Amino acid sequence: MAFENYELNEMQFDALKEIGNIGSGHAASALSSMLDRPIDMNVPQINILDYNDVVNNLGGPENVLAGILMSLTGDVSGMIMFLIHKPFVELLLSNLLGMEVEDLDLDEMSQSALKEVGNIIAASYVNAIAELTGLSIEISPPELCIDMVGSVLSLPAIYYANISDKIIFIKDELDKEDAASSQIILIPDVDSLKKIMESLGLADI
Amino acid sequence: MSQNVVVGISDLNVAKNGDVLVTYALGSCIGICLYDESVKVAGLSHIMLPTSEGFNPSGKELWKFADTAIPELLKKMEQLGANKFRIKAKIAGGAQMFPGFNNTSLSSIGERNIVAVRETLKQLRIPILAEDVGKDYGRTQFFDSSNGQMKIKAALRGEWVY
Repeated sequence: MAFENYELNEMQFDALKEIGNIGSGHAASALSSMLDRPIDMNVPQINILDYNDVVNNLGGPENVLAGILMSLTGDVSGMIMFLIHKPFVELLLSNLLGMEVEDLDLDEMSQSALKEVGNIIAASYVNAIAELTGLSIEISPPELCIDMVGSVLSLPAIYYANISDKIIFIKDELDKEDAASSQIILIPDVDSLKKIMESLGLADI
Repeated sequence: MSQNVVVGISDLNVAKNGDVLVTYALGSCIGICLYDESVKVAGLSHIMLPTSEGFNPSGKELWKFADTAIPELLKKMEQLGANKFRIKAKIAGGAQMFPGFNNTSLSSIGERNIVAVRETLKQLRIPILAEDVGKDYGRTQFFDSSNGQMKIKAALRGEWVY
């Protein structure tokens, strides 16, 4: 079965890339208005990876970062998570709140700010899917966790353990000089991924 | 020289001769350490889900679930000379990484894993000597086959031993 493990044909993968491109474009403009300066963004890399590869792509299991998790409901169900490395957390908080961050033990206000950023970024991607497919998708309020990558990813890992061994991984590079790269993990249910492809006229035959 | 033996997610392994089993960054998953002190054989299983019910796992898939992984680990330890009746357990993990996250099937997965691990160990008559479970933070777990000591390391919180 084609969708058992998120196995996509070339056209379907291209469609996913297009969703990633549009989403990243939206995300860049949202960030640019949040930070009040232009954001250069490279073409995002989109991959379908298993858990271990995602963890390694994020600096190894013990790398500490911020993960903002939201669930998707409506025509598409699943999860979306925005992951921010420490340099980017520092950049965001100093720009948004004028705060200098020493470690990732953040106060409530900084945590809310990060959740808000996560929500806006996730919405950029989800809206890209909605625009292209005409599907209606709702995003839950964001939840934040700052911890080791492996632990932060355990919830989506467990979630996908039920349905698939792969995760859709989108890596954005914003402003190379700021080392402000960020990652988006998208985990639609297998049925939802099927629905997305069907809506794009790319259902597997 | 003792060596580290890394146990991945949904993975299990055994160690002796002072080698140290390590599993990185447990979140809602649980690391189950088993030890037979008299032969100094240690085992570590990193499970993701409480029960294999409805999955019909086989091969390495058995290592994913509490109810199937622990018996598999026991078998491996017995091959190294451990005796089931002498084995004792130490467990860690089962955290709720996103406590406010509302997804009914998942919101309490850490807690459900803890319950399932305790239940499986009880059925196998393996006593639990130490638990570092629940709460809302990730844990890296080390298990020393020379003395059965479990060390927990948490980001921003330091490390401690059981």
